[in-house]
Amino acid sequence: MISSPLSHSAVVGGYQPPTGAFDEVKTGAAEVRPVCQALMSAVDRLGAAGLNDRREHAHQLLREHGVTYNVYADGHSAERPWNLDMLPLLIDADEWARLEAGLIQRTRLLNLVLADIYGPQRLLQEGLLPPALLHANPGFLRPCHGVRPPGDQHLTLHAVDITRAPDGQWWVLVDRTQAPSGVGYTVENRVVLSRVLSEEFRSHQVQRLAGFFLRRKEGLRALAPWTDSPNIVLLTPGPLNETYFEHAYLARYLGYALVEGNDLTVRDRRVYLKTIEGLQPVDVIIRRVDDTFCDPLELRSDSFLGVPGLVEAARAGNVAISNALGSGAVEAPALLAFLPALAKHLLGEDLLIPNVATWWCGQQREREHTLGRLDRLVVKRAFVGNEIVPQFTETMDEGARREIAAQVRANPHAFVGQERVPLSTAPVWTGDRLEPRPMLLRCYICATPNGYTVMPGGLTRVSASAGSPIVTSRFGGGSKDTWVLSSGPVEEVSLLDKGGRPTRVERNVSQTPSRVVENFFWLGRYAERLEDSTRLLRTVLSRLAGETGPVEAAERAAMIRTMIGREKLPEDFDENAHFDELADELRALLFDEERIGSVHELLRRVAYLTASVRDRLSGDTWRILNHLQTEFPEPIANISIHSMLGILHRLIMQLAAFSGMGMENTTRGHAWRFLDIGRRLERADNLMSTLQIVLETDAKNPAALVPLLEYSDSTMTYRRRYLATPELPQVLEVLLGDASNPRALAFQIDALRRHFVELPEHQREHPEAVKFAEQHAIFSGASFHALGLAASKGQAQPLKHLLERLLEGCRETSDLLTAHYFSHVLARPN
Amino acid sequence: MLYDITHRTSYSYESNVSFSHHIAHLRPRETYRQQVRKFGFEISPQPTAVVPRTDYYGNPATFLAVESPHHELVVTSTCRVAVSPPEWPDPAATPAWEEVREACATDVLTPDSEMGEFLFNSPHVPRTHQFAQYAAPSFSSRRPLLEALLDLTHRIFTDFAFDPRATTVATPVAEVLENRRGVCQDFAHLAIACLRSIGLPARYVSGYLETTPPPGKPRLVGADVSHAWVAVWCAGFGWIEADPTNDLLPGDRHVTIAWGRDFSDVSPLRGVVVGGGEQELEVAIDVVRVEDASG
Repeated sequence: MISSPLSHSAVVGGYQPPTGAFDEVKTGAAEVRPVCQALMSAVDRLGAAGLNDRREHAHQLLREHGVTYNVYADGHSAERPWNLDMLPLLIDADEWARLEAGLIQRTRLLNLVLADIYGPQRLLQEGLLPPALLHANPGFLRPCHGVRPPGDQHLTLHAVDITRAPDGQWWVLVDRTQAPSGVGYTVENRVVLSRVLSEEFRSHQVQRLAGFFLRRKEGLRALAPWTDSPNIVLLTPGPLNETYFEHAYLARYLGYALVEGNDLTVRDRRVYLKTIEGLQPVDVIIRRVDDTFCDPLELRSDSFLGVPGLVEAARAGNVAISNALGSGAVEAPALLAFLPALAKHLLGEDLLIPNVATWWCGQQREREHTLGRLDRLVVKRAFVGNEIVPQFTETMDEGARREIAAQVRANPHAFVGQERVPLSTAPVWTGDRLEPRPMLLRCYICATPNGYTVMPGGLTRVSASAGSPIVTSRFGGGSKDTWVLSSGPVEEVSLLDKGGRPTRVERNVSQTPSRVVENFFWLGRYAERLEDSTRLLRTVLSRLAGETGPVEAAERAAMIRTMIGREKLPEDFDENAHFDELADELRALLFDEERIGSVHELLRRVAYLTASVRDRLSGDTWRILNHLQTEFPEPIANISIHSMLGILHRLIMQLAAFSGMGMENTTRGHAWRFLDIGRRLERADNLMSTLQIVLETDAKNPAALVPLLEYSDSTMTYRRRYLATPELPQVLEVLLGDASNPRALAFQIDALRRHFVELPEHQREHPEAVKFAEQHAIFSGASFHALGLAASKGQAQPLKHLLERLLEGCRETSDLLTAHYFSHVLARPN
Repeated sequence: MLYDITHRTSYSYESNVSFSHHIAHLRPRETYRQQVRKFGFEISPQPTAVVPRTDYYGNPATFLAVESPHHELVVTSTCRVAVSPPEWPDPAATPAWEEVREACATDVLTPDSEMGEFLFNSPHVPRTHQFAQYAAPSFSSRRPLLEALLDLTHRIFTDFAFDPRATTVATPVAEVLENRRGVCQDFAHLAIACLRSIGLPARYVSGYLETTPPPGKPRLVGADVSHAWVAVWCAGFGWIEADPTNDLLPGDRHVTIAWGRDFSDVSPLRGVVVGGGEQELEVAIDVVRVEDASG
């Protein structure tokens, strides 16, 4: 059969796989392989326009889900959107069954090797591993020798990168045993592609991924045989890690707490999670921190990512770690040379999926072999993964090859020679045609109570360009969903039950690390501070736009004085400054991210805090906070007043949406409570600071009151009550004493009072409770109308004094509160 | 020789430490010429965990956890150790150093290749050609290993100045080679780097040295220090020790505590504290000869 029957479109017909490599879709004779025929017919039916439409939809979903990969360049990290191709890789059921058997064999083998090198080391005595392979291997962690993980399960999640040789035979290129990445991206690829190609997905009987995760969860539970309901956490290096998106995503998908090293502590050789309710024991840690960084006491002492005492806790058998500390030792490329013999010896079997032929230069004969064949081999680091670019000595000139040879001779243990395997190719949709790209399939194997199981699918990655032999997300390649076809009906499982609830209630879901709660507190504060800055700026800007008269001029001058007092404008700023000078200052207040308190600076802080609590935010809340960033424009040098106002209006709408989400779409847990406490404290602080300044500079100036009401969004409240020109006593009543006005001090104090009694382990004699009660008493005893009357007659001192006491008290309460609930955690912002 | 040894380490912290974890390598290990007759720990404040074990290199190690808030931590270990004098081989009778190198480089496990454990990079000791270059004049072709080692030790002793202000525990050994000054730990690391860079297994020995007061002066209490030296693997003879700080082969005045690849494996008291701010460290060591050998 030549191509497909529906080849009227040039899409599939125009695809030309290169010669000399196996193509996943077409044979050498340019025929579509049977497994791909249905999909290729669909591709032709969609045509270029249909594919581009699907691609646009997929990009939009990925953007909305916030799927990113952090890329480091020049010491800066940048979030890069995840790149997903429209065509999945297809593998039929029989072929997959053969792969599965080979992958499981490999995981069993590597687990046995780990159990040996961290135990009796018989493989050295029996001559199956040269001693130097262990001695020179930086992944072999001596402090972990003799630490037996529960059930001797060192390797509970294993990733294997495979590709196909020109004859169609699958080969293993790389093992990942440290902390395999990509599982979350694999799920996300599936979620997105199964939506944009929903008909094709349904008609193909694709095996589902969810069952793998259910079994992974069973496997993790079984790692802690000492308890029926183990507390399981996912340990991440933090938001700056290149795959942080995935850590947050997986934590939520699996229903485990996402924690950083600082959230955990070892007491009495047990691991605990620090929560604002106290220390909660932790039984199993899914580790996304490399093992050498996991314990500054026994491993790398310069690490800030780990938990001091973790090795000792594991040694005592009080915690299980997936993967066990030290399992990075077997992802060394040097080990590949020995696996065929190890499989025979330990399993009595041949490797079902062969390795790429590898020669470890730590052995003399192998070294000479490698150096003699530099024109045909690839030279790689023996013990580091593919962080260091492989050297394709085949294509080098003599001088460069001599240089490599000298490096190998100087430090032979550090290198391997590897046969160059041409990667198989798969078509990638570029927007106007299908282009062949070298590809790698990353498969995942996990431990379960009934042995190992393979994820039916995986992360297919393609190189960035047709000519590049390097396939890695670091260098900007793309990815594909992987469809493993089923021979029978598809297993329908989900991590959610029919009502949308998790099928099993995880004990740890409600356990929030104190750090997370602290970040919510600061998110509340900074979001409110951002709104405050935005409102101040908007109030003054609106008195600059269009034709303005003497009233606006007087109000503008009062606002400028307020902004100087609030330290938004420089102390020596002239309130009668020329229009252009003022406009420049206001532009800087909007755009200058280096300027403390500018809108852009606060937005950045909100972004940082948002990222750090991302796994705790609902999808909608996250989208709103994400839009806040993505829709904020790049600085525009001569932006008009009108456009600035547009930006500020939109910001206020988005912040209102965020507050609304907080009220309507968030469970009243501790995170929400501290977010709201932060917001209330900040609002009270901003309001009182602003009032203090107005009383100082404009106590008797009626022109200051209109913008003040506008800034505090209380104009309507005032009109409803008084139907008159603002006067100070009434304004104070509205802004301070009116408990029904959500912007008033009374409202903040009421809200705080309700929050305080709900705090974990709340005690009346706790210092922050004592302080707050004192404030409450001072506040309740005050008559703002009377104080305002006096102030408008020039007797502002008693009112100022009261505000000062309340403001001081508000700040002290905040400090006492944070000291009580978060002090054992390193401070984050500020 | 019989010694009573007191080793007191005290940390004072600027602010409260809420809790801390430590690993102590303070109990001297047993060797063919060293027996530990008594050993005891005193820790203040009271630790919540004191867990003894044997580490990867066979040294006694202790995991300590102090979980009550404290401003000061004092760890005092006392021991009585009997040391008999070693018999180092006749230098000329030891094998050519290249033979030892080849014996250690085999692909199969032998008593020699097993010592490859001490042949590669370790946290404080990289292998580079600079160290190989420094070692080269001592390790001339076919020279008996111990002769070459004595020569290297002597050169380190004469080329380098003992200067406690020149380095800290964090000074890289490459810097020591460049600046030509340091303390016993630096010289031990330097010797190890030289030996490993030419393919010989070398390990770090942490211990005590009995000091003698100047003639006519009384022995000062607490004046002793912890000491470090080096050992090289010599096929057919086992480990041979050398003390580059004093240009000699250790005798019965050197008391061994522990050995490892470098200082990081056997630091007497390694710890991670939570809180604390600035800290001050004071170490006082007494090595007192006990005349009554019935001890």
